Amino acid sequence: MNRSGAIAMGLRRVPVWMVYCLGMVPAFWGLWLGLTGGLGAEPVRALEQHLGETALQFLIAVLAITPLRRAGVNLVRFRRALGVLSFVYVCLHLGVWLLDLRSWPLIWADLVKRPYITVGMAAGLLLVPLALTSNDRAVRRLGPARWRRLHRLTYPAVSLGGVHYLMLVKGWPAAPILYMAVIITLLSFRIRLLRVRFPA
Amino acid sequence: GAAALGALPARAGVNGLTSWEHVTSYNNFLELGNGKSAPARNGAHLTTDPWTVKIDGLVERPGDYDLAAILKKVTIEERIYRFRCVETWAMVVPWNGFELADLLQIAGVAPSAKYVAFETLYRPKEMPGQRSRLLDWPYREGMRLDEALHPLTLIATGLYGKDLPPQNGAPLRLVVPWKYGFKSIKSVARITLTDTRPVTTWTDLAPDEYGFYANVNPRVDHPRWSQATERPLGGGLFDRRRKTRMFNGYADEVAGLYRGMDLERDF
Repeated sequence: MNRSGAIAMGLRRVPVWMVYCLGMVPAFWGLWLGLTGGLGAEPVRALEQHLGETALQFLIAVLAITPLRRAGVNLVRFRRALGVLSFVYVCLHLGVWLLDLRSWPLIWADLVKRPYITVGMAAGLLLVPLALTSNDRAVRRLGPARWRRLHRLTYPAVSLGGVHYLMLVKGWPAAPILYMAVIITLLSFRIRLLRVRFPA
Repeated sequence: GAAALGALPARAGVNGLTSWEHVTSYNNFLELGNGKSAPARNGAHLTTDPWTVKIDGLVERPGDYDLAAILKKVTIEERIYRFRCVETWAMVVPWNGFELADLLQIAGVAPSAKYVAFETLYRPKEMPGQRSRLLDWPYREGMRLDEALHPLTLIATGLYGKDLPPQNGAPLRLVVPWKYGFKSIKSVARITLTDTRPVTTWTDLAPDEYGFYANVNPRVDHPRWSQATERPLGGGLFDRRRKTRMFNGYADEVAGLYRGMDLERDF
């Protein structure tokens, strides 16, 4: 058996629940560090950023599934778990932000006055219908075609998430630019795939 | 010093002070790198002794002043000040230093002077951040002469009774406790008295985000965040934000400097 065959065999043996368990490790790790002083002088800000960045990483992982399959690596079995995890991290990220401000007027003011927060919130809201339809029953009820069309909302959601990160930093640090570049690259595969599938 | 101490309420940390660890490991000093922890890592190569401060412009005795000579003429005292960063974090720091007014007196302020401009050291060999074109180096700050002469305006040479570490602006830095932290320019190499308002780095780069005055003001938002509340450093995961106070709580001492001004326009 060649090496990619061995990897494929190994991946087939990984149960999906293990992805959920491993996926929650960054959240508990961040919480543990925050409670034990490991997140530095501003632990709330550090935890909020850590959770948001992890959410973006899971969203990018979801986007990578289809191009990887074209390249011969089939991880479709894990896509739902990765998508649900990204939504969990978006919720945790939002939760820390709400707990941090602890004032409805301040939260509302931020939402309407800060474009990067409006954009981030829009990205999060786009994920809500996807999370609600992430079970087999919803796929059956919607039918695969409609379900797939609905779940293309992932594309604007990830894009807005990347823009949200770019907007909140001062100057042009490497990390958010890199995330945005990866997102654009992964989305550009979609444009090519769509063209191939529906030739003019 | 008494006025400053009197205005200090109980705040985060032991005896209300922010710990030495947090004061010296959570810094914005782009000359020494990006991110809060880089300045502490990259500061070791900065030569701070000998050090001269060029004082020029509208002064009676312009020249290069040796720091050691300056220190013989001034009295170092401890000042416990609140420090409020424009990014909304805050700390309470026991500085050691002397009033800027004392230093300006050594050089002799000419009657025509109206503003004081400051420059940070420019030495890319020892300050890795200056090797990138992130800012138009050297970093520049400035304020009105009456603000500079105010008794709360401090030149700090130490904190917690020790010499200033490089990441905190060794060997001497400005501390203006009622203004956002970026006004408190670090590692001062030049002080120039002028009769026109000096160009300052952040106001030049992003005038809608950073005003010339930069007085702490909970009613004037930064475009990307509210300034109504602040987070004391080292408070832990479940610590509450505090309400930010006008002039960082020093209104009794400094509000008079701005009488008749519209502080929402001149922010």
